[in-house]
Amino acid sequence: IMELYLDLLSPPCRAVYLFAEALKIPYEFKSVNLFQGQQYTKEFGELSIIRKVPVLKDGSFVLTESIAILQYLAQKCSVADHWFPADLQQRARLSEYLSWQHLNLRFHCSKVFLLRALHPFVMGSEVPKEKMDAAMEDMKQSLDFLEEKFLQNKQFINGSKISLADLVAIVEMMQPLAVGVDGFKDRPKLLGWRDRVKKELGEKLFNQAHEAVLNSSDMQQKLQNNSEMQKLKSSLSKYFR
Amino acid sequence: MALELYLDLFSQPCRSVYMFAKKNNIPFEFKKVSLMHGEHFGDQFGKINMIRKVPALRDGDFCLAESIPIMIYLAEKFQTPDFWYPTDIHHRARINEYLSWQHTAIRMYGSKMFWLRLLIPKMIGMEVPKEKMDGALEDLNNSLNLIEEKFLQDRLFIGGDQISLADLVAIVEVMQPVGAGLDVFNGRPKLSAWRDRVRVSIGTELFDEANRDILGAQEIMGQIDPGTLELFKPKILRFYY
Repeated sequence: IMELYLDLLSPPCRAVYLFAEALKIPYEFKSVNLFQGQQYTKEFGELSIIRKVPVLKDGSFVLTESIAILQYLAQKCSVADHWFPADLQQRARLSEYLSWQHLNLRFHCSKVFLLRALHPFVMGSEVPKEKMDAAMEDMKQSLDFLEEKFLQNKQFINGSKISLADLVAIVEMMQPLAVGVDGFKDRPKLLGWRDRVKKELGEKLFNQAHEAVLNSSDMQQKLQNNSEMQKLKSSLSKYFR
Repeated sequence: MALELYLDLFSQPCRSVYMFAKKNNIPFEFKKVSLMHGEHFGDQFGKINMIRKVPALRDGDFCLAESIPIMIYLAEKFQTPDFWYPTDIHHRARINEYLSWQHTAIRMYGSKMFWLRLLIPKMIGMEVPKEKMDGALEDLNNSLNLIEEKFLQDRLFIGGDQISLADLVAIVEVMQPVGAGLDVFNGRPKLSAWRDRVRVSIGTELFDEANRDILGAQEIMGQIDPGTLELFKPKILRFYY
């Protein structure tokens, strides 16, 4: 049976998890606890030298990168067309979002999360206001583009039906909530879209997937108490240079 | 109306699209957008792509941004040979994996090196601190190591025996720091051999033509008026500095 190596604290893992669960794709959930440094074990390194999650293992075939994994699952499991349309222009439109988001929505939402969640632990101090303001400004710009270019007045990013783009977008937008930053605030369009996505996936599933992210108030404590993470402090500092 | 490609060959993703279209004899109108002169901030271009980045495609009423979807769109529309983006599920997944990984790895760090070495010193009127340079070099080297150890290994090309979109996307990013005077191929015989194979596969004339601007970047920098870089200043400094 196919294995999916996941940590639901990671947005790309949530996208893969939501897709597999919503489409009832059979798989075995293999937990990789990032905040315990499990991605740095010898065993995990043998699975994937890049040491990131998610990872898919289908027989002897190992695949990383959520975008590649989602497309692989869509192709293999012959899912409904709207997830990843066969129509040339519709697919291109969807792929445009999947490509853009890496260095935009994903990057900036992650940065806000990492600055608040990891900076105190790694650098020993709260993130400088200037840096945080800059990260928030960048996140705002990405959200503006999400609304004005990708969503516009449509129900979902690719039109009237949910697709991989919505999955990939929503999980990134939920991440800053873990550190008390609500990207949906004062954005009724995005709130409406979020509710539609939740409904399509199933509220219970959506909430379950986001449980870890929304209940991470004890993150600082967990990090301090973890000897593996203490060892990784200096290598983690590269995120803040 | 002929298909239009909005390009500036200083930009890595533009080079990929250009080489792909030319190699496959895809008819298109080259619409130059000079980034150095801020042409991407013009009203006309804003209508093609509101995100104001290159490359961009216009095919009748259909406008598309992001080099990867653009090339996939062209590949399918013009029925280019299968090896560029194979239909086989495992093969395609392997290429998708590279195309996804590269955004926040080689693309980001290769671009950063280009800005830190060439353009930011011009912008701020002094050299970038050694610490920042060292950090950037370390990140770049980590990405180059992964290209060699995971994505290439003992294969001729990233996807296997034949060239694909993955190699096109990889080569332009690897060449970017070269344009800033950093010889990334020095001490990397595997990478050099791959570059030679890619150059021959694309066609040496086309490859050299596409890379002419970037390899002449250092000379061109001498002629750039720092004033024109003001447009980029806030974003670039925030992202890379």
